Amino acid sequence: MKQLRRNFLKLSSGAGAIAAVAAAGLLQTGSTWAAPWNKSGFESKAVADIQKNLGVTNLIDSEDIVITAPDIAENGAIVPVAVTSKIPNTQRIIIIAENNPFPLAASFDLMDGAEGYVSTRIKMGKTSAVRVIVKADGKFYMATKEVKVTVGGCG
Amino acid sequence: MADPMRIRAKLQGDTADVRILMRHPMETGTRKTSSGVVPLHFIQSVIVQHNGKTVLDAQWSQAVSQNPFLGVRVKGAKVGDKISVTWTDNKGDKRTDEVAVAAGS
Repeated sequence: MKQLRRNFLKLSSGAGAIAAVAAAGLLQTGSTWAAPWNKSGFESKAVADIQKNLGVTNLIDSEDIVITAPDIAENGAIVPVAVTSKIPNTQRIIIIAENNPFPLAASFDLMDGAEGYVSTRIKMGKTSAVRVIVKADGKFYMATKEVKVTVGGCG
Repeated sequence: MADPMRIRAKLQGDTADVRILMRHPMETGTRKTSSGVVPLHFIQSVIVQHNGKTVLDAQWSQAVSQNPFLGVRVKGAKVGDKISVTWTDNKGDKRTDEVAVAAGS
């Protein structure tokens, strides 16, 4: 263990950039995906913390975000949620079920070539507002929709 | 090895309507059975590529439903274009499947 640590330190001091990234907490061990999974955001229990961890600032309410979800979901285990963003240059769509134990459900990064649209199905523990945050041109926009859940889907 | 995905990509104008159905238990880590709590097991990352170029890079939590559905729309697509989807879960399991864009009806 000690030896490993020494090697790691040696390695990282050799590559200053990597050390700096690691120090900033951006380098997550064991991440094999393109963008590292936002652990702090996904493990936050409060919507405000999620927004902080995802770098969301200056939220603007927008009517150009259309959330398609049922008013009443009979089965909280399968709540279809579709988001259409008419905001030009939509870069990211974030779906948050506000009353879930871990409210952040999903975050979608849209590259050039994808329309401002995603559709999926999420679990909801109880009746809650579904909050959608759209990042476009570096600005953040928001819309919410209330979904009543008759049978929770977090068992 | 994980079960294959079902992917449909249909052209509508110059946009491909892509519908993906993955097979995954998406365990929340809170569900209890007679033998105890079922551990957290869910897809964390989904990448959709159009002819090898990433168009969607998604990060998910355990709150996405079991056997997840994902719909995306890819602009500037043509019949025969390749749409590939890769998911990775929290245990490091991976699955990639690919389809060609079909003509719309």
